[in-house]
Amino acid sequence: MARMKFLCDAERCIECQACVTACKSEHEVPWGVNRRRVIVMDDGLPGEKSVSVACMHCSDAPCAAVCPVDCFYTTADGIVLHDKDLCIGCGYCFYACPFGAPQYPQQSAFGVRGKMDKCTFCAGGPETAHSEAEYVKYGANRIAEGKLPLCAEMCSTKALLAGDGDVVSDIYRQRVMRRGGRPQTWGWQAAYGNA
Amino acid sequence: MSDSNVSKARQRRRRSMLWSLALILVLSIALPLGYALAQSGGQGVQQQQQQRFGQDRATNPRSDMWREAREGQGGFTTQTGPYVTNTMISNVGETWRQFRMGPLITYGGYLLIGALALVALVFTFVGRIKLAHGRAGMTIERWKPFERYLHWFTATTFIVLAITGLSLLFGRTVLIPVMGHQAFAAWADIGKVVHNYVGPAFSVAVLLMILMWVRHNMPKAVDLKWFAAGGGIFGKSHPSAGKFNGGEKVWFWVGIVVFGIMVSVSGFLLNFPLFGQTRADMALYQAIHAITSLLWIAFFFGHAYIGTLGTEGALEGMTTGRVDVNWAKQHHDLWYEDEIAKGVKPQQAEAPATGSVGTVGQPSH
Repeated sequence: MARMKFLCDAERCIECQACVTACKSEHEVPWGVNRRRVIVMDDGLPGEKSVSVACMHCSDAPCAAVCPVDCFYTTADGIVLHDKDLCIGCGYCFYACPFGAPQYPQQSAFGVRGKMDKCTFCAGGPETAHSEAEYVKYGANRIAEGKLPLCAEMCSTKALLAGDGDVVSDIYRQRVMRRGGRPQTWGWQAAYGNA
Repeated sequence: MSDSNVSKARQRRRRSMLWSLALILVLSIALPLGYALAQSGGQGVQQQQQQRFGQDRATNPRSDMWREAREGQGGFTTQTGPYVTNTMISNVGETWRQFRMGPLITYGGYLLIGALALVALVFTFVGRIKLAHGRAGMTIERWKPFERYLHWFTATTFIVLAITGLSLLFGRTVLIPVMGHQAFAAWADIGKVVHNYVGPAFSVAVLLMILMWVRHNMPKAVDLKWFAAGGGIFGKSHPSAGKFNGGEKVWFWVGIVVFGIMVSVSGFLLNFPLFGQTRADMALYQAIHAITSLLWIAFFFGHAYIGTLGTEGALEGMTTGRVDVNWAKQHHDLWYEDEIAKGVKPQQAEAPATGSVGTVGQPSH
């Protein structure tokens, strides 16, 4: 069974924001909620680098550990999903997540949060695959169609890789061997440990 | 020398001793620190760093960038939203997770179980503190209506907040196996809303309570004697006390004032994330809120036990506002004497309490 992982190759990312736009469009993510974002370090300076960040679908997910209602689950593919019917919008997963992935749709009076929303690795949620309820709550389910996340598929420079961790790291290793320099598997230590 | 001169001299000696102790403490910190500052010219650390990373050995800008990202420094992002952050990684989350899922839940659970066990032990081996001379059948006003309303409002909201708060902390361990995920999520959803709305009202009540009772809770020498005598719970004697005894004063200062203010301030900042609180801030407030609340709840078990099961004739003071004269003499003799001196007349109890021993209308001794 595949173990799904994301990897953003900072040597290739050109901060075109296509991954962000693709994600927003594919899942009709509401305003103010960003499942994926591009962070630019040293913007406009020598050595500027950008990385596309979303839920990394951690092996030992901190969000799942701290959730008071235990609404997270990991699929057989290693994708971390959650059940919005159980979520109470307490915000604990947002405090715990290293990647700032959890988002909340409402910021109404007194900062009351709605139900948490995050990247699903385009795998929908606990509802029946391709049902209306699944689309409204979690967005499209491309995994069930045998497709990989749209952000990575859209990536023009193939900086953002998504898929089986072994295949992803194989592609990345070949790149590093060809171009030289050191590998920078950013976020992998935090998300996947040493596995 | 007269007696007053002797005691004055003793006071003076004690005061000068205290001051010199304080001076020694301050100097023991200030002198070595001053020496270190004088040696380094106040900027020793900076100078050392500049020498180590001089122009000839500048660090690689790329590794600097990754190091900064790893340390949680922010970058630039075009995305906007209330929960969008410009950091690639937040390190506080893992710390908070380990604290909450480890020591907080483990020791918090032990604390509450331990406090309940302690109360049960005291009830089993010390038992109820009975009225030593039975009931007099005459009562005196102990709590004014406003004091009682405020007390019961705070008490009710405290219990509601404790139940909803503990549900969020321990529910996954204790309640989900019993209720199932769906029912618990529904309960936690209601609990969260109730907790968020009742919390501020509770905080206002706590503040009013502090203002209302602070003048009766000034520590006095008699409180030390009260503690030395075991507060009348341990041992046979009935130590003297004013309107509030030593134990009640500790509950006031530690429970209501310290825990109350800490829980209220941290709760306010958690409830209203509108002042630019970062994830690190929220995690810190949550930790403070949880630790203080757990200590407060453990302390509350003792307060609730002493006020109800633990002491015969205490609860009626808070429910009806009046206490039996014999109870007042036994537990709060100084306050009782003050009230009588003020001209307060004890009144006949409306309905004779069951099992009363004292002759109705005549306070015993």
